[in-house]
Amino acid sequence: MATSAADGASPTGPANSATGRENSATGRGDTATGRGDTAAVGGDRGVSRDSGYDIAVLGAGPAGLAAAVAAREAGARVALIDSAGRVGGQFWRHRDGDTGAGHHHWSTLRRLRRAARKLDFLSGHFVWHAERTDEGFTLHATVPATVPANVPATVPANSHATVPATVPASGRDAAGDQTRTIRCRTVIVATGGYDRQLPFPGWTLPGVYTAGGAQALLKGHGVAVGRRVVVAGTGPFLLPVAAGLVEAGAEVLGVFEAGAPGGFARHPAAVLRNLDKLTEGAHYLRVLLRHGVPYRTRSTVIAAHGDGHGDGVRAVTVASLDADWRVVPGSERQMDCDAVAVGYGFTPQLDFALQLGCETRLDADGSLVARADDQQRATVPGVYLAGEICGVGGAQLSLVEGELAGLHAALTTVGAEPSRGAVARLLRRRSALRAFATAMHRVYPVRPGWAGWLAEDTQVCRCEEVTAGAIRESIAELGATDPRTVKLLARPGMGLCQGRVCGYATTCLVAAAGGREPTEEDFRGIAARPVAQPVTLGMLADG
Amino acid sequence: MSSPLPSVRFSFGDREIVAEAGQSIGAALIAAGYRSWRTTRHEGAPRGVFCGIGVCFDCVITVNGRPNQRACLTEVRQGDRVDPQEGAGRGHLGC
Repeated sequence: MATSAADGASPTGPANSATGRENSATGRGDTATGRGDTAAVGGDRGVSRDSGYDIAVLGAGPAGLAAAVAAREAGARVALIDSAGRVGGQFWRHRDGDTGAGHHHWSTLRRLRRAARKLDFLSGHFVWHAERTDEGFTLHATVPATVPANVPATVPANSHATVPATVPASGRDAAGDQTRTIRCRTVIVATGGYDRQLPFPGWTLPGVYTAGGAQALLKGHGVAVGRRVVVAGTGPFLLPVAAGLVEAGAEVLGVFEAGAPGGFARHPAAVLRNLDKLTEGAHYLRVLLRHGVPYRTRSTVIAAHGDGHGDGVRAVTVASLDADWRVVPGSERQMDCDAVAVGYGFTPQLDFALQLGCETRLDADGSLVARADDQQRATVPGVYLAGEICGVGGAQLSLVEGELAGLHAALTTVGAEPSRGAVARLLRRRSALRAFATAMHRVYPVRPGWAGWLAEDTQVCRCEEVTAGAIRESIAELGATDPRTVKLLARPGMGLCQGRVCGYATTCLVAAAGGREPTEEDFRGIAARPVAQPVTLGMLADG
Repeated sequence: MSSPLPSVRFSFGDREIVAEAGQSIGAALIAAGYRSWRTTRHEGAPRGVFCGIGVCFDCVITVNGRPNQRACLTEVRQGDRVDPQEGAGRGHLGC
């Protein structure tokens, strides 16, 4: 495959072109390792060429980037792997020529991006399985022809590296997708998260986007999702989404926050240690105020309406909610719009932590997260975890956990002792930020009344088009008492997204029907994904 | 937010669309006024971008004859031939 990085005409921006092209000459400026290619580095440390990297980091967002840089600077040979073409993840999603306006902590990204030139950034790699081996770990990835990718020459191709496209294709796709196997002694999982969704009537209409999707389209592609946009859901992330849209020229009809924030006063210790976070929120509120965008609490979008001709959303129903998120009767009002951005917090992307057998727990926001200790170690030897998968807490916490993970992974893998002072400082910062995240989760809980917004024919699973009625039937008529059984009987979570979007809602619905709270086991049952990305049978055979 | 970027041209059905270099096919289609470009397998309902970051697979589309490509992740390139997708995207198999 002719990758954009390899052909030297990369259209993919500073991060990719910097890491992509300069990767091929990793040795430049790499005083620790001389030439810096696989054989030389591996040889220096007595590592056989076959065992590949000392450390592989899954995910190049704030956590993964910080982890990879810390481990590299400690002397480890590091691969940083991401499906995107650039480093930065969702938080620092950016475009060519982006000067950082509208981004937070942009100087941190610039510093890390510069430092990351000394490690192998494997962009465009869609890892679909992580497994333990006698020597460490093997990561199986596809490198689709349709995505800009950097494939360092040091990563060996598989025996049948090029799998023909499934149908005859022309141009750039003629070469087909590739499969790659990355070997490492230690793995750091930093795969972040994505928007947590609650279904509502009409949420499958075109023009309804996740809040994170609206943000990604704006920051990553310069596109506002609509001209008249309604922002709804819960959590502080709705504020930057709305502020970004309004500054890009869209009319934001309102931010409808289902919760009742203001409860920060009940968490003074957590807040006082993190005043900068409140300043950030205040900044976005000022932007909304300046543009006359209403910010309403205890209210949300409970339905979206199309025009009946398959053309997508044209209006929403907004309603006031009581403390349990039941609709206050008579409070419904309709609002014309051409786009909706909606999100109810975040769901950690646990695929690889679960594939590797890591233990989990339920966090304060009700999300399934992976257990990590003070060194960011998972419960499985050789696996480190950082960022949202240890508990949703934002970019600053991710950076801290990433650095801790990188330092400790380098200690156990290549024997590089971290500075005790640095570790102590990071742990103090982690503790303060984690306390703030927990306070945040308590201020913005998802309340059970949302199930009352659903009609019988409201789709819960978008992929398999499984309705709330079908899910209720599998519980009431067929006797399902846990989400895994509901999945087997009614098929929610059986589609291409593998329950990433509907898993939370399905789990809550079946638990509520049984008069109980969702458990860790419920979430584990619906979050296990042995194959994390779509792969062809040929690729599976190829390994 | 950023300086003007070079443009690339691609086709969507029988229409030619101009996008900014580096944009995803999904973003370029939204910028061109489209909100949906595929129909679902069971109900034939229209879908477009939802999650925007490769998680939900709602935005799959046919690119240069290959179905089921995520429009939100596929970077548009000069001369790409992009087509809407119906159902499972297996129309080309004639089954």
